Amino acid sequence: MSETLPLLDVAELSRQFTVRGTTGGLLARLRGGAAAAPKLHAVDDVSFTIGRGETVGLVGESGCGKSTLVRVLTRLLDPTSGSIRLGSQDLTHLPARRFARRPERARIQMVFQDAGESVNPRYTAFDAIADPLRRLRRLRGAALRSRVETVATQCGLPLALLPRFPHQLSGGQRARVGIARAIAVEPELLVLDEPTAALDVSVQVVVLHLLARLKQELGMSYLFVSHDLNVVRLLCDRVLVMYLGRIVEEGPAGAVFANPRHPYTRALVEAIPQIGAEGAPERIRLGGEPRSPIDPDPNVCRFYGRCPRGFARCAEQMPPLHEVGPRHRAACHLVEGG
Amino acid sequence: MSERPPRADPAVPPQLTPAGGPAADLAVEPGEAPPLDTAPTPPGTAPNLLDSLPPGPIPPAAAFSAAQAEPCLAVRDLAVSFRTRGGTVKALEQVGFTVGRGEIVALVGESGSGKSVTAYALMGILDAAGEVTAGTAQFGGTDLLHAPERTLRGIRGRDISMIFQNPRTALNPIRPVGKQIADVLIRHGGAGRREAPAAAIEMLRRVRITDPERRARAYPYEMSGGMCQRVMIAIALACRPKLLIADEPTTGIDVTTQAVIMDLLTGLARESGVSALVITHDLALASEYCDRVVVMHAGHVVEDAPVRDLFAHPRHPYTARLLAATPTGHASLADLASIPGSLPDLRRPDLPACRYIGRCDRALDSCQVSLQRREIAPSHLVACNNPL
Ligand SMILES: Nc1ncnc2c1ncn2[C@@H]1O[C@H](COP(=O)(O)OP(=O)(O)OP(=O)(O)O)[C@@H](O)[C@H]1O
Ligand SMILES: Nc1ncnc2c1ncn2[C@@H]1O[C@H](COP(=O)(O)OP(=O)(O)OP(=O)(O)O)[C@@H](O)[C@H]1O
Ligand code: SF4
Ligand SMILES: [Mg+2]
Ligand SMILES: [Mg+2]
Repeated sequence: MSETLPLLDVAELSRQFTVRGTTGGLLARLRGGAAAAPKLHAVDDVSFTIGRGETVGLVGESGCGKSTLVRVLTRLLDPTSGSIRLGSQDLTHLPARRFARRPERARIQMVFQDAGESVNPRYTAFDAIADPLRRLRRLRGAALRSRVETVATQCGLPLALLPRFPHQLSGGQRARVGIARAIAVEPELLVLDEPTAALDVSVQVVVLHLLARLKQELGMSYLFVSHDLNVVRLLCDRVLVMYLGRIVEEGPAGAVFANPRHPYTRALVEAIPQIGAEGAPERIRLGGEPRSPIDPDPNVCRFYGRCPRGFARCAEQMPPLHEVGPRHRAACHLVEGG
Repeated sequence: MSERPPRADPAVPPQLTPAGGPAADLAVEPGEAPPLDTAPTPPGTAPNLLDSLPPGPIPPAAAFSAAQAEPCLAVRDLAVSFRTRGGTVKALEQVGFTVGRGEIVALVGESGSGKSVTAYALMGILDAAGEVTAGTAQFGGTDLLHAPERTLRGIRGRDISMIFQNPRTALNPIRPVGKQIADVLIRHGGAGRREAPAAAIEMLRRVRITDPERRARAYPYEMSGGMCQRVMIAIALACRPKLLIADEPTTGIDVTTQAVIMDLLTGLARESGVSALVITHDLALASEYCDRVVVMHAGHVVEDAPVRDLFAHPRHPYTARLLAATPTGHASLADLASIPGSLPDLRRPDLPACRYIGRCDRALDSCQVSLQRREIAPSHLVACNNPL
């Protein structure tokens, strides 16, 4: 039955990038490995699902692979290995380029991390929002105009700004164009890569309320990438925590924030800045040298070296995800056995 | 946070001129004190730029106290407008604030309130359609708004550096990031061609780029958004600026890395007297890492106060709304309230004296025609006829 299928099912997904440079090549040759160029493991063996109508948050250190993961999911990048299913459709082997022009494209839409960069500088705000409606919904004329104006209004974008070009808009105004553009075709899965990063708090509230409403009205699902953990806590049902390409913790948002089990998640939750933190405890800073994502040792925990609680075993065995509560898992030797 | 050692003493207001009336300005007279020394450091005393970064040699904090009366930057009465097809956008009007030496000032406000335009005007890099129509910006004896381009070129990138809101577009896409940092080190940081690459790698390490030796060879498109942001920060710090203007410096960076970067910045301010103007949406960030907050709305400065006073007792109705819209300990999304209404159309010829009037629940009839700007508490400035 299709109702029991999750909307998105990602299994053992990896994406690597080849790193240029002589040092790596030389090292590899010294180690005896033939001409093996060093590989950056941006996404490493990631599995998760998103249910219909579910909002899943994706958080983690800058550079840990969140954007790469969502670019692979939305088929802007090809995976190195693993599989991606959207409902009953296998997206894994659709070449990235072809997918962009297919009508199924409307089923997954994406709001990019850097709205200023992803908006075509020669498109007015109107054209940017109209573009997917023209391509994927074949709307023209009055129907097109009215749909564009509806979504612009839904996103709190004054209609007077529609004839403007990106450089005539503030950062936050551009971000709203990006969101309006993505929801225009009413996708089933909306992938948002830091959609509110450029927004001020007031517009952010409007957008968060809008996302919550669209989710209720249209049953849309979200994968929501954000560094603002206060927002993730309020918006998301479930959270995935990534560290250096791997998921290190996942679980219901409430449980993960109230009772983080992985030492990295703990450090993250403790570092959330608070207003008027006068008298607040000094923030714990993660010390140590982060491990390299380039050809990482498959038998060492990725957090080892920075982990305040690391011990010998962490350097000998990569911890798997352990069950620590209902639908709550963490990849740390310390939580083995719950 | 309460343990934070004092930097520029916020209790030493740079010659405030509390005044009322519509023409009064929040800003400050630069006074007659001798100009800040902007001469380049003699070569002998600047052997290594990294010395300026913690944990390098620390100049005694007392060395800066004498200079505190003279702010690093004093912006006064700044007005900027843009010509557009639909009319003239009065993006900034009577904007004024100061940044003391070693002080970290946050510039906050809604999207479109004019924060970036303020920074661009100070850097002399406004869009061609934009024009500074009034004001001064004193920086060490130079008026940034009126100095000849040749003088400015010497100041930009050396004495003042800027981190842009869109890091990826500000970096050169076809040059490896390590080389881009080394370029700045050679041009402005007094580094030789030989040592620059190694110093660039060290800069990358300080902004927490993993595996910096190898990542130095990466191109911007090969780095994540937050990594590009950190490369920009490394470039901005490489030239040992006196003033750093940072437009959303940690947007797109996770909170643990943000803490490291803000520690780096506050360390520089404390130990080397670097001043910073930090543009941010994140009031929590401002509250933890900045000394003073300047709140902007629709091209006006509406409030300017030491960080503790501002958060404990916001006086402008807009500031209070801004605080209420910031997610912190809220129990549910429904508890968050956006600020009613929207920014007025800045092309209107008949803009009211207070540009917040259409959204304000404390508005008086007088707010339409005049606006009182005053010092409501020590070094706490507010532009409102009916403050909280
Ligand atoms: N095209 C590319 N070529 C080589 N390396 C890449 C490429 N794209 C990304 N990477 C690397 O993959 C890793 C993950 O990058 P990604 O953009 O996915 O991080 P992120 O989690 O989104 O970070 P941020 O929070 O800063 O946006 C980084 O080390 C990055 O340098
Ligand atoms: N080139 C331009 N032409 C016309 N108007 C402009 C131009 N550049 C900026 N503006 C307008 O000036 C005002 C201030 O913009 P600015 O970019 O400074 O906002 P901001 O406070 O930095 O916002 P954000 O937080 O979204 O970056 C906005 O109303 C914007 O639309
Ligand atoms: S009370 Fe008047 S001056 Fe104060 S914010 Fe409201 S409208 Fe502006
Ligand atoms: Mg990213
Ligand atoms: Mg801006």
